[in-house]
Amino acid sequence: MRDQRLWTWHVLAGLVILVLLGLHMGIMHLDTLLGWFNPPDMKPVAWGAVLQRARMGFFTVSYIVLLGAALFHGLYGLRNILFELAPGRGVKSALNVFLAAGGVGLFVFGAWAAWAAGVLARTL
Amino acid sequence: MTAPANVTFRIRRYDPASGQPPAWEDFTMPYSDGMTVLDGLRVLKETRLPTLAWRSSCRMGVCGSCGMFINGRPRLACNTQITELGTSLVTVAPLPNFDIIRDLVPDLRPMFDAHAALMPHIIRDDAEEQREPTGEYFQTPHELEQFLQFTYCIKCGCCMSACPTVATDPAYSGPMPLAQSHRYNADSRDGGFVARKRALATERGPWKCHYAGECSQACPKGVDPARAIQLMKRELVLDYFKLYRQPCPSKVVATPTEVKRRPDVPEAPAATI
Repeated sequence: MRDQRLWTWHVLAGLVILVLLGLHMGIMHLDTLLGWFNPPDMKPVAWGAVLQRARMGFFTVSYIVLLGAALFHGLYGLRNILFELAPGRGVKSALNVFLAAGGVGLFVFGAWAAWAAGVLARTL
Repeated sequence: MTAPANVTFRIRRYDPASGQPPAWEDFTMPYSDGMTVLDGLRVLKETRLPTLAWRSSCRMGVCGSCGMFINGRPRLACNTQITELGTSLVTVAPLPNFDIIRDLVPDLRPMFDAHAALMPHIIRDDAEEQREPTGEYFQTPHELEQFLQFTYCIKCGCCMSACPTVATDPAYSGPMPLAQSHRYNADSRDGGFVARKRALATERGPWKCHYAGECSQACPKGVDPARAIQLMKRELVLDYFKLYRQPCPSKVVATPTEVKRRPDVPEAPAATI
């Protein structure tokens, strides 16, 4: 049943990436039209605009969710590619542990960085 | 293409007893009208190559025995006209992705083992009714359409030999077993989804399909195994969220008793099995 669970979450993570990357594209490239998140008369990549977005809790949460979704989606895809090389059972178990531990480690580090950036932005 | 005067068969020969690796051999013969690849192989065997080995039976694309790798694509030798190949050079090799038993004979046992493991048969609770039927299971034409195309599969192995995932991953069941498993999941007379899920939800299931679609391109019967695999994925994802429920297996339709046969309709012949 594990493959059914992993595949389902793989699809869900893909949907989350689609939505959040769509939001990213909207903010970075369509903001002149939309004007949702950036200060007026300021380019999306300007320091002031970046700082303003970093102060918003919505962006901290979306960064962390996107990080988790992208890590899971990518690492599951990598696992599938490696498993198609037909490794032995022991190698498969080791790969599972390595990818899961690596994914969790990267997620914790990235989530901490996103949270710390938000905290820092509020002090500036 | 206009019919050629002569046809050259380039055949991949292999004899495990010889200890030699497979090798190509060329044979030229006159073309005759309507000649299929299987016809050419038969002429060769009768005239020049008595030891050439292959499988074939019905000669009409029904039995699925003569799947071969012909001019770079998996095809049925009996269904492939020489003229449709567009060349007078016909290369014939055993189906890829299988071990070779001899010459053009692939070892299809892994395919049929995977097929059997995914329970390609009706699973119901009423075993007594299946042993001693008292009537027919009710099924609407719409319910029949949900799986009908998958019943045309003749298990020739062409889809398996075209699949890039089968080529690299021995754990993957492959298009034929997965499509046949879906064929029974989609059958309104069946109630075996939960039982099949125990095999499908593992790494033998449909997860590693690359969406190449080569299986559907290769199928000589027009079956679409790629579609079956994607439908199966959708069912299993919905099942994970408890949103998929296989309908209750259809009931037996009582045989009408108060209907009189029209005089111009003859009686059905007696059952033979």
